[in-house]
Amino acid sequence: MKRQRYRMPDGGRIDRSQPLHFTFNDRSYQGYVGDTLASALLANGVAIIGRSFKYHRPRGVFSAGAEEPNALVQLEQGSHTQPNLRATQIELYSGLKAESINCWPSVDFDLWSLIGLFGRIFPAGFYYKTFMTPNLLWPIYERIIRQAAGLGRAPSDPDPDRYENINTHCDILIIGGGPSGLSAALKAGQSGARVILADEQNEFGGALLGSDDEVDGGPALDWVEKTVGELEEMAEVRLLPRTTIFGYYNHNFLTAVERVTDHLGVSDDPLPRQRSWRIRARQVILASGAIERPMVFENNDRPGVMLASAASTYANRYGVCFAKRVVVFTNNDEAYRTALIFKKFGIHVSLVDVRPEFNGDWPRKATAAGVEIIFNSAVTGTRGRRKVKGVNISAFGMDGNLGETRHLSCDLLAVSGGWNPTVHLYSQSGGTLTYDKQRMCLIPEKAGQAVNVVGAAKGTFELERCLKEGAREGARVAKNLDFVGSGSVRSKSKTVLENEQPLQPKWLIPSRKHPEGGPSHFVDLQTDVTVADIALAAREGYDSVEHLKRYTTLGMGTDQGKTANINGISILSGIRGEELPSVGHTTFRPPYTPVTFGALAGRQVGQFLDPLRRTPIHHWHTRAGAVFENVGQWKRPWYYPVLDEDMNDAVVRECRSARKSIGILDASTLGKIEIKGPDAADFLNLIYVNSWNNLEVGRCRYGLMLGEDGMVMDDGVTSRMAEDRFFMTTTTGGAARVYSWLEEWLQTEWPEMEVYLTSVTENWATITLVGPNSRKLLGELTDDINLDLKSFPFMTWREGKVAGVPARVFRVSFTGDLSFEINIPARYAISVWTACMTAGEKYAITPFGTEAMHVLRAEKGYIVVGQETDGTVTPGDLGMERMLSKKKDFIGRRSLARVETLRSDRKQLVGLDTEDPSTVIPIGSQIVATTKKRPPMDMIGYVTSSYYSPNLKRSVALALVKSGRNRHGERVYLPMENGTISALICNPVFFDPEGERLNG
Amino acid sequence: MLLIDCPWCGPRDECEFSYGGEAHIKRPENPDKLSDAEWADYLFMRTNPKGRFPERWVHTHGCNRWFNAVRDTVTHDISATYGMGEDGPEGRS
Ligand SMILES: [Zn+2]
Repeated sequence: MKRQRYRMPDGGRIDRSQPLHFTFNDRSYQGYVGDTLASALLANGVAIIGRSFKYHRPRGVFSAGAEEPNALVQLEQGSHTQPNLRATQIELYSGLKAESINCWPSVDFDLWSLIGLFGRIFPAGFYYKTFMTPNLLWPIYERIIRQAAGLGRAPSDPDPDRYENINTHCDILIIGGGPSGLSAALKAGQSGARVILADEQNEFGGALLGSDDEVDGGPALDWVEKTVGELEEMAEVRLLPRTTIFGYYNHNFLTAVERVTDHLGVSDDPLPRQRSWRIRARQVILASGAIERPMVFENNDRPGVMLASAASTYANRYGVCFAKRVVVFTNNDEAYRTALIFKKFGIHVSLVDVRPEFNGDWPRKATAAGVEIIFNSAVTGTRGRRKVKGVNISAFGMDGNLGETRHLSCDLLAVSGGWNPTVHLYSQSGGTLTYDKQRMCLIPEKAGQAVNVVGAAKGTFELERCLKEGAREGARVAKNLDFVGSGSVRSKSKTVLENEQPLQPKWLIPSRKHPEGGPSHFVDLQTDVTVADIALAAREGYDSVEHLKRYTTLGMGTDQGKTANINGISILSGIRGEELPSVGHTTFRPPYTPVTFGALAGRQVGQFLDPLRRTPIHHWHTRAGAVFENVGQWKRPWYYPVLDEDMNDAVVRECRSARKSIGILDASTLGKIEIKGPDAADFLNLIYVNSWNNLEVGRCRYGLMLGEDGMVMDDGVTSRMAEDRFFMTTTTGGAARVYSWLEEWLQTEWPEMEVYLTSVTENWATITLVGPNSRKLLGELTDDINLDLKSFPFMTWREGKVAGVPARVFRVSFTGDLSFEINIPARYAISVWTACMTAGEKYAITPFGTEAMHVLRAEKGYIVVGQETDGTVTPGDLGMERMLSKKKDFIGRRSLARVETLRSDRKQLVGLDTEDPSTVIPIGSQIVATTKKRPPMDMIGYVTSSYYSPNLKRSVALALVKSGRNRHGERVYLPMENGTISALICNPVFFDPEGERLNG
Repeated sequence: MLLIDCPWCGPRDECEFSYGGEAHIKRPENPDKLSDAEWADYLFMRTNPKGRFPERWVHTHGCNRWFNAVRDTVTHDISATYGMGEDGPEGRS
């Protein structure tokens, strides 16, 4: 264990009485409660955190927040592992384990860094250019790139942690708990409005946490504590620390992720690890602050180069000072604060300011404190192989060019190129941005939704004005929502020093080595995009911001270019010789920072992903050893293996029994809809292709339903229960769709029809008896339904008692054999099923599953909607044109008369008679009339159903073939991976074509 | 996620609703009198304006009623919701 070399003896918001042990790249270190992983590593002198994306250059901590481009780590191991987390936002906990990403074999000695020595093998547009070379080479490139590039590793095991989703709404959502957000929250809270204040950090205070500002005459953090205390007392205010608002969607709908127990590490805490919030806010106050802009110069990516505000934060907030000599490089006043902070800690500070010498409070104060100020100069490059050891500086001559270089040694280079308002969420909300020429940054222009921006997010960088703006907007927004409460006097900050000398718009510092010459001036640290890449892209014509982004990958890393984009487009505008506003900017998209899939999914994983539907007879099937099949959300028995039967054995046995004696099927999943009302028959006339007025009570009819485009949509048997009442059945998978379809037409097109629909799918269980002995068996179970052929003919239904239970029995058939569908109230299902099984024992009654059902119906050439049809099949294609009523209109009828639907070469339903009767053609196989040596061949159709029929002792297949009905007897071929199957086109009815078995 | 004001239930999240396409398209009284092109126009052709657009929604996970809404396709601002068969603020365009 190494001691924390760079930790100052006191100061900061860390608790030195609570040490925490952690490991980074398998080495043990110590930090304190209150640290982030980044601050703890810096305290231990760990300069290199990872390697860069393309060139594998050593990289260290660059920022202290969400904008971090470099310090990405792989956190934890095994199923708990998470890739690409920003070390600057990982709260340290005991036992934390982290590793560098993107380096091999180790972060200190990375072989891939040799890439840098071989020059420019990853120029802008590398991927596009590589794709243009012969396809054969791509797999080789890919293998190399996969190892060389890419960031962390995704876990391969299921996530063991628990996550939650929560929905809420509020009057005012305040994003950001810095000085302006807290002031706004206080005023809004005092008004009595329902307020949510969310901040991504572990404690409120925002930028104040890393500064030494004063509010109300005392330390700013005392004010923060007092304000948070007041907010905690307010009943309608909800404080959400550790919560990142990551998406801003329509109608003020925002999404957030709250890191509930991440900071406790891998634990068995009963609380979820993360909670995702979906917030509907009447008004939003955006106080998201600003991100410091870096400077671009030669080798500006070395470990030890850091944003000036981050350097201040590590010193002030975390008590970390990892430098003996600091150089501050700036084009604005803000960085003078950083210089003064380091001076306060007794460190030698030189400040390089690109602006000409000026008189002002900042330079005066800095000089008085002993800061060496070097005006009119720039840092032109850094020295040091693995960490900054010094900088080159040059003065600007009269011509504006840089003069002689001199060397300055240092171990920390703090850079500041001004501030960019954090406008990501504003832009996501549909707000437009404008370039503020005075403050030299993009600021909010016109809001797209109910959002109000305050503080640094709006370009208001001065603390006193942030406090004022926050309080004013908090009160105003609340008042507009009719919340007017009494509040305390607003807090004030002394205007310490106004920024008196404006920022000089100089961010790109050329050097002797031409900035377009090679990887030296880094713009996007995460994706390794350099000034040279931008120049190359512009030369090759990719000089719009959107093209530039995709061609160079500028801003396409996990940080979305938070520190890169503005410099990138400003360099592009320089190349184009235009002002920045006319170049534009790329779109900001959610999420603001990456979000785990776990948080998005919440509890909707595993068995909670989708509802599971079981029939009332499910437990019997389970006990009988059924193997289940998923049909939509339903679990249906697929087959019932006995002893050591495999699927094939079981299906053969089930199929034979159903045709020889009696089979029993649980058909409860069939969709069932009661259709009631004086206009019910007229309505069915419009819905189905066939006619319903003449259907007598007690009779059933098969109906075919089309979309308005004339394509088959569903089918099923509908029965007339009374003059004004019908009972419709639909396919299992189509039940909900058909119900919605009927409702839509009734409500939107024919509201004058008096028809009422009720879905009764789950109210009725359906037990189907199939086979020659089914009449005998049913006769033993009922004494009030006359089952003889004359009294109970095919396609009729009767009401009576079955096994003592009130039942509706339908004489319909999906197998071509004598068959009865017994409908009973669901709660009696198991008792009737059991009665059938007991009474049927002497007939060797055999439960059969969906597979046998499919074989039996395919033997008869009966279609299944969704298997023989795919939304492009008409009744004519299926050979059902005789069903179409000519006396009435129905949905889809006109479409059947369109030229396209009348074509004679449409694909039509046929059977396939394989040359070798034992060959079962794979479903989906393509059919050709003539074979060629190799594809492509002219395909004339495809196989929709295909099974081995134990009753026929041969294979049966249904197919859709162009002009198929005129091709019966023609030979066709099915080219397979190994060999070709030969078959004759035939009638799709293979079994009992005369239909003699229907009556038993 | 849009906030949609169901005429029967009040404002609810979009995820409770299903979309039904352009509003005020009447099924032709006598389809047989239409040419293939005219029928195709009813069946397939929809306007796709940039701006205010009358469209149909159904409150699937609520009252299950269909209604019309006028939504701006650029801003997603929903300026009106009204019952089926009623004229919208801009008539039956
Ligand atoms: Zn509703």
